[in-house]
Formats: sequence, structure tokens, C-alpha cells
Amino acid sequence: MKKKKLFALALTATLGVSSLVGCTKQAADTSKDSSVEITNVSYDPTRELYKEYNEVFSKYWKEKTGQEVSIVQSHGGSGKQALEVANGLEADVVTLALEGDVDAVKNVGLIEDGYTSEFDLDSSPYTSSIVFLVRKGNPKNILDWNDLLKTDVGVITPNPKTSGGARWNYLAAWYYFEKQGLSEDAILQNMKTLFANVLVLDSGARGSTTSFVENKQGDVLIAWENEAFLSLEEHPDEYEIVVPSVSILCQPTVAIVDEIVDNRGTRAVSTEYLSYLYSDEAQKVEAKWYYRPSNQIILKEFEYKGNSNVITSVPSDKKWIVTNLDLTDIKHFGGWTAATEKHFKEGGLFDSIYEKK
Amino acid sequence: MEKQSKVRMTRSEQIVKWILVILGTGFVFTMLVLPLIYVLATAFRQGIGAFVSAVTDRYALKSIELTVYVTVITLIVNVIFGIFASFLLTKYNFIGKRFISTLIDLPLAISPIIAGLIFLLTFGRSSFLYPYLRQFGVKIVFAVPGIVLATIFVTFPFISRELIPVLNSIGKDEEDAAALMGAGFFKIFREITFPHIKWAFLYGVVLSTARALGEFGAVSVLSGHLRGRTNTMPLHIEVTYQAFDFTGAFAMSSILVAMALIILVVRNVLEYRSKKYQS
Amino acid sequence: MIRFTKKSKNIIPGFGLSLGITLTILSFIVIIPLISLVIFTAKMSLSDFIHVVTRPRVLASLKVSVSTAFVASVINAIFGVLLAWILVRYDFPWKRLLDGLIELPFALPTAVAGIAITHLTVTNGWVGSIFDKIGIKIAYTKVGITVALIFIGIPFIVRTVQPVLETLDKDYENVASVLGASKIQIFFHVILPEILPSIIAGTTMAFARCLGEYGSVVFIAGNTPYETEITPLLIMSELQEYDYTSATAIALVMLVIAFAILFFNAVIQHRTARIVCAR
Repeated sequence: MKKKKLFALALTATLGVSSLVGCTKQAADTSKDSSVEITNVSYDPTRELYKEYNEVFSKYWKEKTGQEVSIVQSHGGSGKQALEVANGLEADVVTLALEGDVDAVKNVGLIEDGYTSEFDLDSSPYTSSIVFLVRKGNPKNILDWNDLLKTDVGVITPNPKTSGGARWNYLAAWYYFEKQGLSEDAILQNMKTLFANVLVLDSGARGSTTSFVENKQGDVLIAWENEAFLSLEEHPDEYEIVVPSVSILCQPTVAIVDEIVDNRGTRAVSTEYLSYLYSDEAQKVEAKWYYRPSNQIILKEFEYKGNSNVITSVPSDKKWIVTNLDLTDIKHFGGWTAATEKHFKEGGLFDSIYEKK
Repeated sequence: MEKQSKVRMTRSEQIVKWILVILGTGFVFTMLVLPLIYVLATAFRQGIGAFVSAVTDRYALKSIELTVYVTVITLIVNVIFGIFASFLLTKYNFIGKRFISTLIDLPLAISPIIAGLIFLLTFGRSSFLYPYLRQFGVKIVFAVPGIVLATIFVTFPFISRELIPVLNSIGKDEEDAAALMGAGFFKIFREITFPHIKWAFLYGVVLSTARALGEFGAVSVLSGHLRGRTNTMPLHIEVTYQAFDFTGAFAMSSILVAMALIILVVRNVLEYRSKKYQS
Repeated sequence: MIRFTKKSKNIIPGFGLSLGITLTILSFIVIIPLISLVIFTAKMSLSDFIHVVTRPRVLASLKVSVSTAFVASVINAIFGVLLAWILVRYDFPWKRLLDGLIELPFALPTAVAGIAITHLTVTNGWVGSIFDKIGIKIAYTKVGITVALIFIGIPFIVRTVQPVLETLDKDYENVASVLGASKIQIFFHVILPEILPSIIAGTTMAFARCLGEYGSVVFIAGNTPYETEITPLLIMSELQEYDYTSATAIALVMLVIAFAILFFNAVIQHRTARIVCAR
């Protein structure tokens, strides 16, 4: 009896372990290998951008070193992605929606301090902004943030608690009311009115776009600039983009995950992968996918020539970047740590918006 | 027997029958078939070419491969566990039986999100096990083993839950007799127990397979969404959907549904044939 | 070592083998992960724990989850019994197809189901437009959540009631009918008491499953805090804020609810087993 019991235990243990130890390989230094693989954990809207950039980079790296590089992509909500990396998802580089999310990875010790100065311009090779997407002809005549407070306007935005993009939306709106010279209480009151108009609070930016575009909910979608232009390109006769008078400069942040690249010996290729994002070639790819290039010369090449802040179709010459708007940035809010503490933390100002009166 | 009862149906009973049948089919049609039609309609809304290219995409094929692999491993573990656990819980008396039985059912009542979360806590970076796992180069979370674990978890009770009631209702007299005559465990199981539970067993396997193919919540917490690596079919569907490729997403969904429906129908036909054969 | 066996009662060999395999797999899949959840929550003090789980938003989400899951389970109970009844008692065209469709919710990834149902029930969708005319909004309201949950819960009740109805002895009904009882009387006084335990068992399982559902609901819910925010979503958003302790605390509460439901279910099952055995 006892023997059989032991046998059974051994059997199941082997079964268990053999199914667990499936695919593991460890490499110390990859620079001499004929091919190398890195993992880029990114957020949702960068899918198209990195699909093209990865090809560009592979070609460049092959020419430079003769080594084949393949890039494994992972996309999802920015906060969720950061959390997964912090929990053991082995990413060589992270390219997330905001610095606050990269901080979460840093806080568990995977990334060393000072990563924002590792690459130029706070480690954000491309930026974006927040704009409105409205239905063709702009039937509700939405031109700026205060129009979102009208009682008959249905607003679509994701939940700032679960979506990085939504935090930018929220802060951009906040900045607009602040610029009107309102007190904090008055701003909060306006934010309450705005969020009372929100029909669907999806958990991610892409979900919101689907609610607005596919399910035809609401009159205005507060969206990433690049998402809005993509929708406009896809459905040319159904939507218009409204660029509000003020918005926020969204700086998606890139970083090398130090612990992982040191383990895998992929630091060289990973560093090059991120710094090549600043090259002229890559900057043009970014502009093509409606991100604002950080290189001012290339940005000028794509500058919007019209004078209306309502864009009814993607300009045929692809010159889409509207520059005559007042862009604040996260520094205005004291950086992500302070902004999160004040607005988005449990019991923060955002929570009070939804509190029962 | 079926025939007799049909003959005896009066007119009013016939009316009741058809009202009930129409109500029931109407319910199934609106709740199950309509969403299915929607999925198919969207899958083919850009024509058959778009459908084919969506499902033969490199990453799509990878995800099909991974889903099949995960399902097979899940099934093996579940079959072994299901048979032994149900045998244990029905043929022997011991202390703690109720408790084990409740633990087995627990995964059915737990949110898939929590299922993912508990594995993340157990094997993830914040776990005390993590350094040891790393040392031996074992990757569990955000790799295939994690996906397998999550899938096993959500399909865990299916086979034993089907077997236990059947084993309970047939009692254990036959096994007792065989044991007294000196038969060993495997002989008893193969020759006495298994013939009774054949159909319940098959049904449990079918259920596990269907659920394993389609599990989303728990797997999505543990997968990391590495394209071509840890994306199962449901995750690949999510990814394509998020990329606004509705045709692609629904094309893959229809493949998944087709796989599941084939399994369900095969099981139905098998059981029907054998019952006809027996009577 | 603990003695599990009362030697005299177990004659059938293989107890050790069965127990060994069952316990090993059970520990890997269920026990160890659950313990790590409890250990993780134990890191916070009791008052913190109570504070976290009694926040108005948590309570509101629990209310949404419980109420929608309850309504969905009751509707499923009614239609589940109806479906089981027509599948067992009547013959009609395409019965086997209808029978095979019941498991579809297991196979269709919940996210796909959620997306499809949302598209159908938005105010300009196939179904939503009809209801919009009479002033009922489905998608992005609690009604929508309930619809998604009905979809998820269908198989549970049908598949628990069906086998019991199949084994039900028709003699009682015949006797009752000879004694002059009407069909309705027979159903409520003869049949219903027999199948009631299985209805309750199926409904509780469906309820538990619905309570934890995430994948399909997030698409249709609208996710407005205090109104259409479900508890699993709240857990996800706590995770998003890197607030692991709050997330696990809420998860633990849901786990306790799951345990309670299972316990309730086990009691019912036990009674069912006794009734079936006694016959």
C-alpha cells in the first residue's frame, strides 16, 4: 500500500513538472549569435506603429551587425501591461502610455532609477495629444471642452482608473477649466457635469473607440490624436476631428528593463532598438501613424496648413499635425506621482466625481 | 415507450407541447443562435477571401496550435484527476471526503479573474517561490505553463462532476464483490466501473474540451499576450478585435465555435447511436 | 501521518493510489494557489481589510453583481426547466441540434459573446432597435449585464435538471392522472418536488458562475461606477492601480461567497442523492 502511494505521488509529480518545464532557454550573451530576439511590451494604440517600426529596425540592425533580430510584441492596456512586467512578464523594453506606468516597473526594481534621462526628451521619442472625434457635420456643434458640459451631449471616454489614455483625457479637461481661472471646487463641479454626460466608461481606449465607432454610442469621443486620425482614415465620411483650444502633450515613455536585458544579454540590441526610434527614418514612420515626432524638423514637415480646428478628412498630403493649440504637459501637474496621488488614487478627486450625492 | 406516450397525447396536450417547444426554441434562438449568426455574419462581411486570409495569418495559426496544445494537456490532467477523484469520492469512506469534494467544485464558483490572480500570486514575481523557479529556469506565469494551469483550473471539476452522480447511483456492490474475489484496482476499474460511466465520462471530456478551447478571463491574466508565443485563440481574437480588425476577430471566433460544435455534435451522435444499439 | 481510512469499510483496492493522485493534483491546482491568496490578504490588518471591502463603491459593485446574477439565474431557472422538459418529454424536429447547442456558451469565448451581444443590443442593433422603440435600453444598463449573464448561465440548469427528469418514474404521474389530477396539478405536486433540488443546485451554480463573470460583461456594462460596475471589474481596476492588497481583499470576499454558494449547493446535492438512492 505504502509503495503504491509513493509511486502515485512520484507519477503525478513527474507529470506535473514535465508539463511545467516546457519552454525555457537561457542565454548569457547574444551579441555573437546569428539571431536575437527581444520582447517589446507596449500599450494598445501602438500596434500599427510597431508593426512597421519592427520591420524598419530589423532591416537596420541586419545591415549594421549582420544579426537577425525578431521582436515579440505584446499589446494591452498600459497599466495592465506595466503590472504584468512587474509581475514577471519578461520584457526587454517597455514602451508604455505614460511615465507613471513605467514607474510601476521601476518600483519593483526591474528598471534602474533615472530611466527618463536615458534617452532624449524624457525618453519619449514620439508624443501625442488629446482631441475630439465627432460625427460627420458635428451636429451638436462641439468645438471646445466647455461644449462637453451641455446636457444633450453624450461623451465617450475610457475609465481613468483602468486606462492610461483616459488619465490624459481627464487632465486635459482639468487644464482647460483651470485656464478659465476657476477655483478647484468649480473645476471639480465642471468635471462632475462632464462625467455625468459620459455614457459608457470603457476599461480601455480601444474599447471606447469601438463603443463610439462600431456601436454608435454618444456624440463625442475624447481620444488619443493617433486613434482619432486612424478612425477618420478608416471611415472617411462618418467623422470629423475637433482640435480643442487647449490640450495636453502626452508623452509615452520608453525604457529598457535592466534586469531582463542583463540576464538575457540583450542590452546592446535593446538600447539600439529604443534609440533608433529617434532616427529620421523612424520619426517619419511615427508621423505616418499619427504620432507627433519629437524631431522638430520632421514635425514641421507634417504640419497642418489649414486654419480651422475642425478637420473633416485626413489631408491628402498627410500634413496633419495641428500646432496652434495650447499644450500643457504632466510637469504642470507636478509629475505623475503627484498627479496620481491627487486625482486617481483610491479616494482621490476622480473618485469624488462619482460619489453619491 | 416514447411512441406510446406520443399516441396518448390529447389535443390540448399537443397544444401545450408546441407552445412550450416554441417558447424553448425561441429562447435558445434569441440567446444563443442570434449572437452566433452575428459572429458568422461579421466574419464573412468582407467576403470569403478576407476570412481565409484572417485565419491563415501566421499569428492566427500559432494561436490555433497553442490552443490545441493547451487543450490536450488540460484534458490529460483532467482525465487522470477526474477518474481518480470520482472513484475516490464514491468507492471509499474516509474523513474529509466532503471537504475534498467542495474543493474540487470550487473552481466552478470562482471568477476566472480571481483564478488568474491566485496563480499570479503563487508563481509571479512577488511570490516567495519565484527565486527558486528562476534558479531552475522554470517559467510559469506569462508563459505556456501558466496558461495550462489556468485552463486546468477552470475546467477542473467538469469530469468528476459528471462521474460522481453516476457512480453514486450504481453503488459499489459489484466492485466489493470483485475485490473479495481478489481482483486488483485496475482490473476492477476497467472491467466493472468504466462500462457504467462511459457516457458520463465522454460528456465530461466534451465539456472540458469546449471550455478549455474558449477560456478567456483566467488565461488573459496569465498570458502576457506575447504575439505568436502566448496568445491562445481567444486572446488572438481579443488582440485582432482591439486592432479594429472585426472580420479577423470574428473569423477566428467562428473557427473556434466550429471546433466546439463539431465536438458537441460528435458526442451527441456517438451517444445516440450506442443507445439505439443497446435497445 | 493521518489515517484517512477506516480499514474495515474499504475493501476495494487502490485507495492509496486514488487519494495520492487526487490530493497531489488538487494541491497544485487549487489548494496552494488559494492559500497564497489568503496569505497575501493576511498581510493587511483586520480593520484595513474591513475598511477596504466595505467602501461604498465595493458595496455598490457587489449589489450590481449580485442583483444581476440573481435575476439572470431566476430567468435561466425558468427557461432551463422548460428546455429540459421539452428535450426529455417531447419529440420535435431538430431536437438533437437544440440539445447540442446548449453547451455553446462554454465554447464561445466570453469576450466574443460579450462583443456580439453588445452589438446586437445597442440602440441601433438588430435586437436593441426593437426594444428601443418601446423605450427599453439594453446595452450599457443593468438589463444588458443581465442579458449577458443569462447567456453564460444557460447550460447549468438545463444540464442538471435534464438527467433527473430522465430518470423520473412516470408511474406517479400516471397514477395521479388516473386519480383525476390535472396536468398543472401533476406538474406542481408530483414532478416539481422531485426535480426541485436539481433546479436549485443548477441555479446556484449558474448564480456563482454569473457572479464572477468578467469577459462578456465588461463590453456590455458601460462600467459606470455605482451603477453598472461589477465586482470583477473593480478587482481589475484595483490591480491596474497596483493596489494588490485591495484587489486580493475583494477577491477573498468573492471567494467566501463562492464557498458559501458551494456549501449550500452541497447540502442540496446531498438531499438529491438521498432521494435518488431511496428510490
